[in-house]
Order: sequence, then structure tokens, then C-alpha cells
Amino acid sequence: MSQPPARPSPARGKPLPEHLKAYRGVWVVVEAERGHAHTVSWELLGEGRKLADELGVDLAAVVMGPPEPWLDDVCTEAGAHGADLVYRIADPVLADYRTQPFTQGLTALVEAHKPEILLLGATTLGRDLAGSVATTLATGLTADCTELAIDMETRSMASTRPTFGGSLLCTIHTLNFRPQMATVRPRVMAMPKRRDDAAPKIVDHPLDLAEDDIVTKVLDYVLDRDDDKPRLAYADIVVAGGLGLGSPENFRLVVELAEVLGAEYGGSRPLVQKGWIPADRQIGQTGKTIRPKLYIAAGISGAVQHRVGTEGADMILAINTDPKAPIFEFATYGIIGDALQILPALTNAFRTRLTALKGAA
Amino acid sequence: MHIVVCIKQVPDSAQIRVHPVTNTIMRQGVPTIINPYDLFALEEALLLRDRFGGQVTVITMGPAMADTSLRKALAYGADRAVLLTDRFFAGADTLATSFALSAGIARLAEQAPVDIVFTGKQTIDGDTAQVGPGIAKRLALHQLTYVERIDRLDLDAREIVVRRRAEGGVQVLKTGLPCLITMLEGTNSIRFAGMDDMFRAARAEIEVWNAAKAGIDDVQKCGLRGSPTVVKKVFAPQPRTEAAKMIDVAGLAPGEIADAAIDTLFAADPDLHDDLRAFASGA
Repeated sequence: MSQPPARPSPARGKPLPEHLKAYRGVWVVVEAERGHAHTVSWELLGEGRKLADELGVDLAAVVMGPPEPWLDDVCTEAGAHGADLVYRIADPVLADYRTQPFTQGLTALVEAHKPEILLLGATTLGRDLAGSVATTLATGLTADCTELAIDMETRSMASTRPTFGGSLLCTIHTLNFRPQMATVRPRVMAMPKRRDDAAPKIVDHPLDLAEDDIVTKVLDYVLDRDDDKPRLAYADIVVAGGLGLGSPENFRLVVELAEVLGAEYGGSRPLVQKGWIPADRQIGQTGKTIRPKLYIAAGISGAVQHRVGTEGADMILAINTDPKAPIFEFATYGIIGDALQILPALTNAFRTRLTALKGAA
Repeated sequence: MHIVVCIKQVPDSAQIRVHPVTNTIMRQGVPTIINPYDLFALEEALLLRDRFGGQVTVITMGPAMADTSLRKALAYGADRAVLLTDRFFAGADTLATSFALSAGIARLAEQAPVDIVFTGKQTIDGDTAQVGPGIAKRLALHQLTYVERIDRLDLDAREIVVRRRAEGGVQVLKTGLPCLITMLEGTNSIRFAGMDDMFRAARAEIEVWNAAKAGIDDVQKCGLRGSPTVVKKVFAPQPRTEAAKMIDVAGLAPGEIADAAIDTLFAADPDLHDDLRAFASGA
């Protein structure tokens, strides 16, 4: 959606059509696959709770999967993370994610229970499903939102996301269609506090679909080896470099500091586009959103899409030669200096202190 | 075999500038390119055609000047190019975009049945990844997103086996034709287009279709009118009230700067000190 700047729309200003006023409630689709729920679903329940409270409606989780005990656990967890009720479809054909049965299940639920807001994680599963369901329902879908709010005047959701390659933000509404759909990337929203006393109401819904009617078959599922995937999104300390490093060879300075700190490392979008680092190490809205305790950004100017992907960090230390670099507008601490000199100095200084700490321990 | 590849002409995002005073996009002089993710889709389509025979049609929806990207695709080796352009298409969100593209593809399929539709995994200007699934749904194509490899294609059995990137691993999926594939980046690299190819493409015909020619009766489903989403505002993010506290580095050597920075960090967050102590002692 490369939307041009705000423009008049024929849909603006009109009241919500009568038949759409029946749509009530905030829903979060819980991404449960192969025995696990994705944590983005709990983050969305935390955000959905706020929206539901503001609207004065229930927050519901949608849980779809095979009729196995782990699916019950997922429903319980959904309650613990804020859902008032759970719409559950338990059917053997939902053992693995496939577009057709999940689209059919979610579409049927929406048509039966009519939520006004439907949120999904912007994962490979969530984006696959959201695009299919929004088209089926012919409603609006806004991808990769960084902020969700309610405009009480129109009772519509204001979905804010980066636009124009991440240089600006835009706020999008779905005024005259329901449900209003949005996806949010992992780690963008904060994880809500668990409450163990929750007992969500569970509403079961059938899926009227036989395995023989599904053309797509899952032949195999090759699990990723844990050790070859960067765990940027969940790291406590992240070190990253940008174009200020000057050359791909200098990226090792980032890696060396990360190694000393037991941290994850990554880089800004231009480094991926130039092929200096692989795409799964990209930090920012269009790569990985991070929420570490400490983020060290070296030679990164701080474009909007980088900012929204790193603002969840507790502390940001930015190093840049340019005192006017936008990163100094949102970092916690700044050093005006050359990353090529400061990074190795930090590596040495941290190494010395860690050795001292180890000796003391 | 007939393969359709959907492409989009996008501004080279590395070169987008925002006007410092008005916060509007400065479009003038920003070069346009084929959405880089689409090139993986195009190359995969060309590889299949080279192996199995048939033709590759590229299609795009956009302004008249989007023909530049179609010519580029022809230079790479596509056989036919269709430009969907009409004032009714302007201002389309992803739902209205998938409507127009689906109509164009359906029209192409009337002339020669379509076996596979390819798109990139997303565009670099919108980053939504919604148009591919939208087309699949509208045309009842088996949907295969984030495909990193095509393992097998059997045209007689009308079956395809692909590897699809999921969150914690890779799904190996078998499905039937026709299907829609959104291709993951890094799966191949686009072939070289030489001067001869460029010249041939420059002379080639680009078929320009308006809504009527694409078989669209209901233009209310196109463009701004057909878009359920409304952009209410576009803005630059507010600078935080507190800018970074600058660590005073005047006259300090890099080692001294590093020490000053670490002292500042440890003072601000004592937990960090404890975490690092735990890490240092091998916890």
C-alpha cells in the first residue's frame, strides 16, 4: 500500500452503515502452530485489551488448530494474557497451517460473531492468512502497524504505520467496512502481564471441511536449527552497524563487540540492500523489531523505519560522526565520534571490565 | 505453460527525501525501479519457462510511465507485457489493487490458461505483502507465500511441490495448478540483460489496457472508490522531547571515551552490570 498523502475520499464523513453497527468486539488471532503459540499473539492481546476497554467491549482470542491437549493450553494462555473469551476451532485438518482451511475457519467465525476489530501478527502465517481473509470479507487491512488507537467519534481504529519506505508515518482508517483488520510485527507491542486467575469463556465452532476437499498437502516440516538463527528480537543486548562503518570488512567491529558482550548483532536496512549482511540480521521496522535492555547503534543515522524498530529498547547508545544525525533525537546517550575508533575501544574496555568482574565473581 | 508475473514500479526508496519544512515527499528526480523483490519472482518464472517451455507474461498496474519497468522485464526475457492503466485505478489500496490485477490476469487466462501467477513477497514502498494473497483468493488459485524453492513441477499431473518459509521452519507443500507463488528474496539472481535485449525490448509492444479492456464492468471496485482503507494523515514522527544525553568526548582518546560510555551505562542501569557479571562468569 504505497498510499499517497491524505486525500479526500468518497467514504469519509459518512456514518457507519446500519448493517455494520452489529459488529462489536476486538479479536486477536492466536498463531498456534505445531504445539506452540507465537508470542506476538500475547503482545497483541495486550494491545487488544486497551482497545477493547476503550470501546467498552469484550476481547476475544481466536484459536484454531488440531483437537489435541496443547490447543487447550493455548486457550488457557490466551485467557492469562487478557482474553475474555476464546473462539476455538479444533479440527484435524488444522494440524498444520494451510491457507484454505484457516481462511475458511476464520471467515466463518467473523461472519457468525461479527467483531469490529481483527488483529493478527505480521508473521509469515499472519500475513498469509490476513491477506486471504480480508479479500474474502472485502474489508480493509493495514499491515505492520506500530500504533493502534480508537477514534471515539467514528468508533474506528486509527492504525499508524511507516510509509514511503519508512521515511514518514501514516494513519489509516477503515471507516465504512467491518471488521477493521490490522497486522502488527512481533515485539512492536509490549508483552502484557500474565494473570493466572483468568478463566476465559470458550466458544467452540465447527469447521465444515474434509481433508479430501483440501488440495494443498503438507509433505514435511523442516524445523530450523536453533543455532543458525539470529535471536535479535529477544536479545538483551544488541549491537548494530550502519553505513557509517564505511565498508563491509569493518562490520567485524560490530561482531567483535557483540561477542564480548554475549550480544546479538545486526545492521540497518542499507547494509542488507548492499549485501553486507544477510536479511535476517536487519534491524528496523522492515527487518527485526528489537526490545533489548541495551542497544548500541554505530554509524547508523536513524531513519524513521529504524527508529520505530528500536524504540522499544530500554537504553540506546548511539555513535555517529554527524551531530545532526536523527538517531540522536531518540537515543538515550550519544557519542559524537567515528564508529571505527569507538567500537574497538568499547570492545577492549568491556573485555577488561568483564575480566575484572569474572575475577571478582 | 503460461506464467504471469505481477510486478510493480516503485521509487528507489534509498533516494526518497522528505522536505524538511513541509514534511512532504519530494518525488522530483527520484528514480524508479522494478520492485527488487519482484525480480526473484520474474527470474523463477523465466527459469521454469526455459525448462518447460511456454510463455511468461508480465503485468503491472500503474501510471503510463510504468511501461519502463515492463520494458525492463521484457529485456530480461519476458514474452509479453501488459500495463493496466486508467484514472479509475488511481489511489488504490491493496484490496482495489488485487481487484484490478485479478481482472487483468483473468482476461489473459481467457486467451491462454494460466498455470502459475508469481509475485514478489512484498513491495519496498508499501511492504504489505497483501496483494499476492488477494489475487490468489479472487482467482481461486492455490496460495503459496514465502516460497524459497520449487522442488518439483509436474505439468501432466498438474502438481507442484515447494518449500515455504514458516516461522520456526520450512513447510514442504504439495498443491495443484493453477497456483499463486510469492517468491522469497535471495532465491535466485536475475539474469543479465544485454544491449541486444534492451534494444529488442525498446521496440517491443506494451499492451495498454484500461478498465474496460481488462474486462472490469464495475469501476467502483477500483482505485480510491474501491479502497476500504482511508489515509487520514501522513506525518513525520515527533522528535522526543528529550534528545540523547551527549557523552562529553572533547579531547578524549577512544579508550577514554569507551570508559566514560561504559560508566554512564552502568550508572543508568545497575542490572546491566549484574547481567554482564553473570555472562562473564559463564552463566
